[in-house]
Amino acid sequence: MDGITGTAALVAGAEDVWTVAGRNFRSRLVVGTGKYKDLEETAAAIEASGAEMVTVAVRRVNLSDPNAPMLQDYVDPKKYTYLPNTAGCHTARDAVRTLRLAREAGGWNLVKLEVLGPPPHLYPDMAATFEAAEALLKDGFEVMVYCSDDPVAAKRLEDMGCVAIMPLGAPIGSGLGIQNPAMISMLIEQTKVPLLVDAGVGTASDAAIAMELGCTAVLLNSAIAHAKDPVRMARAMKLAVESGRLCHLAGRMPRRMGADPSSPLTGLIR
Amino acid sequence: MDDALTLTLNGEHRAFETPLTVAGLLARIGLDTRKVAVERNEEIVPRSAYPQTWLESGDSLEIVHFIGGG
Repeated sequence: MDGITGTAALVAGAEDVWTVAGRNFRSRLVVGTGKYKDLEETAAAIEASGAEMVTVAVRRVNLSDPNAPMLQDYVDPKKYTYLPNTAGCHTARDAVRTLRLAREAGGWNLVKLEVLGPPPHLYPDMAATFEAAEALLKDGFEVMVYCSDDPVAAKRLEDMGCVAIMPLGAPIGSGLGIQNPAMISMLIEQTKVPLLVDAGVGTASDAAIAMELGCTAVLLNSAIAHAKDPVRMARAMKLAVESGRLCHLAGRMPRRMGADPSSPLTGLIR
Repeated sequence: MDDALTLTLNGEHRAFETPLTVAGLLARIGLDTRKVAVERNEEIVPRSAYPQTWLESGDSLEIVHFIGGG
């Protein structure tokens, strides 16, 4: 589903790129910019992750401190593709308003739509997501959409014109890993646009599993930001995503119920 | 203070003594216009229109920027 087949790409030395809304990316790790100790740590972790696309939130400026450092001063929008999100929006109307402001602030129309239900699950509110997606698509946005791991809902979002489908692996910020690999596999199978696991990744093996299943890319934030050493974890995630991608392209050996010796059974001394 | 300009900025009431455009307001607050977006009474104000968009008493403005998020 990514255009380049594994063997051909590696033999030819061609780059394994993926494309969304006409933009090409080599890194298959998309990272959030939230929850870091400070902007210096944010910048260092993002650099170490190798990500080329980062999610950002839209919030009121603190008018009493207009000279406070801004994200753009640390994470250069010319170097990273900003993907503005609708975090905190619980209605379609709020999501559309937020992304219209983001488009004006950033000057581009590639956005991440997420309309969430209440805590403690923050599960995607799919009815509101459909409504917001429809309004945003009509308004010219290119919508990467956070959704439940529901193939019926995902197909509908794809048919509406969303440019990427982003099911959760587990609740946002939970770090529980890919809870439903069978359904993620089915989503990968049916989806023609990029499919990203968004939310739930807790550690490197979770990211690798998502990529081994055949996801186009992985989107995560807390797994890096809440690690004891975020910069080192960012590098771990970079390697995990690359490793999982290579495994997917290489094609894993079949599982078998029983041993199969690795050394020849012939030519043994007598 | 009859001619004062009273605005709601990000939910806070503020009064100004002189007429202001959006550009003038952002300069008064000390914000870099390239890093923010402005919504006036729930309508986006395009950046190119800041210098000629005069504010009226009672206007409600949202002034936002990008921050870290997931």
